[in-house]
Amino acid sequence: MAILVYAEHDNASLKKATLNTIAAAKQIGDDIHVLVAGSGCQAAADEAAKAEGVSKVLLADNAAYEHQMAENISLLVADIAADYSHIVAAATTTGKNFMPRTAALLDVSMISEISAVVDAQTFERPIYAGNATATVKTTEDKVVLTVRATAFDPVAAEGGSATVEAVDNVQDAGKSSFVNEEMAKSDRPELTSAEVVVSGGRALANGENFTKYIEPLADKLGAAIGASRAAVDAGYVPNDMQVGQTGKIVAPQLYIAAGISGAIQHLAGMKDSKVIVAINNDPEAPIASVADYFLEADLFEAVPELTSKL
Amino acid sequence: MKALVAVKRVIDYNVKVRVKADNSGVDLSNTKMSINPFDEIAVEEAVRLKEAGVIDEIIVASIGPKESQEQIRAALALGADRGILVQTDAKTYPLQVAKILKNIAESESTDIVILGKQAIDNDNNQTGQMLAALMGIGQGTFASEVKVEGDKVNVTREVDGGLQTVALSLPAVITTDLRLNEPRYAKLPNIMKAKKKPLDEKTPEDFGVDMTSKQEIIKVVPPAERQAGIKVSSVDELVDKLKNEAKVI
Repeated sequence: MAILVYAEHDNASLKKATLNTIAAAKQIGDDIHVLVAGSGCQAAADEAAKAEGVSKVLLADNAAYEHQMAENISLLVADIAADYSHIVAAATTTGKNFMPRTAALLDVSMISEISAVVDAQTFERPIYAGNATATVKTTEDKVVLTVRATAFDPVAAEGGSATVEAVDNVQDAGKSSFVNEEMAKSDRPELTSAEVVVSGGRALANGENFTKYIEPLADKLGAAIGASRAAVDAGYVPNDMQVGQTGKIVAPQLYIAAGISGAIQHLAGMKDSKVIVAINNDPEAPIASVADYFLEADLFEAVPELTSKL
Repeated sequence: MKALVAVKRVIDYNVKVRVKADNSGVDLSNTKMSINPFDEIAVEEAVRLKEAGVIDEIIVASIGPKESQEQIRAALALGADRGILVQTDAKTYPLQVAKILKNIAESESTDIVILGKQAIDNDNNQTGQMLAALMGIGQGTFASEVKVEGDKVNVTREVDGGLQTVALSLPAVITTDLRLNEPRYAKLPNIMKAKKKPLDEKTPEDFGVDMTSKQEIIKVVPPAERQAGIKVSSVDELVDKLKNEAKVI
């Protein structure tokens, strides 16, 4: 049976996590269908059709799916699940929101945030904030999974030529409605898919210092900006910049942590980065245990110097 | 209105976990156990709704070993009214837990069920969503603000990229994010009073729920260790290493 991948998109274009999720699905089986559910999302479906390894795109275009409300999406996915052995979505807030609901509607257990595929029924996933890795085996007829996007290299965005098929299946549970949203605006690369991430912690002392010290370095490197929970809770930066167990999981080529001590919950979100640099005036800070390069220095001097020398 | 809050007994978040030598799991013997931090926030939110006059009674439920009654007592000390312990020594998986909670929520006719968004041991982030699906009601996950207005609840949710607000008809399920509130500390008199609050003991069989899961953890290993790094003495040395050794810039 085929594998259904749920596409992550903003109605206009596909989000990169979808390509990582398709890559994970390809390790399970060959016949991959992508579901694009939204409102006015034809462009996202066309984009999904071009992704490497996709044989069919299902397009459910209806106002009921505009904000990807879990109550409606889960009914849609559970309804078309009969044709699929696996249902896979990225472990984004959207995937985390509707996938367990879908699994319960199908009366099957679910496996969250897999980091590796062992075989079609067996997967690895981090537990205890990434302090242990569990191998989980399922004997459910239908395997419902979310995928940690940073653990899989994305498939090519071009080269595929899948057909797009409209799905005339409108599900409206009528239990919830969208009120509004406040999205943080940014021209920087998206945090979870950036090649370089520069993060600041409590030591920055205020939001102005993020602008003054962290932003120029990020600009120089074309990097996304992250933050520790302490910096978010203190109100220096908005919470969607938080890296950690309760925020975003990143695995860039280069992660620069400035003024971050490295609590367990923060490390869970970044310790799979390829190269970690820590700039901290405390040589005993736990971040030193995972940093490839540790510079013991005052960040207010070292960060501008680093920016000027790049 | 009545609220049901679910709490889980987990390893304390400050404890550095050790994987057992036989790779069967994480060593929990002689380790400090606590209420899952997200569940503590759920209890606090329910207590605040009660203090605001929205909720009349808070029932706190836990599904797990006998010792979970410590976590229920802790929630009672924070202001919950009575507890239900569903005692089982079986491994608890989200689908089975959700089925038991559905039974409790329906038999108690609760209007609002509040859970943590995830337990910090298995990091599943599933139970609240599964419960809402089984009950056929709306869900407000990863909540950072909850406002009950008449027979509706507005929930502001933390989503990738910012915040989203949804309106749900009651009854509804809410799961808490860390930023929802700051849980209070239990005062000694309240801890003493909590010992006298009612605590019902049940078993999964009482609810007709079979705890066996088709999912099984077959191995637990420590994550790959990172190689110890080096200390650099200057920014120049750092730039040089990043360019020539790590080749990332």
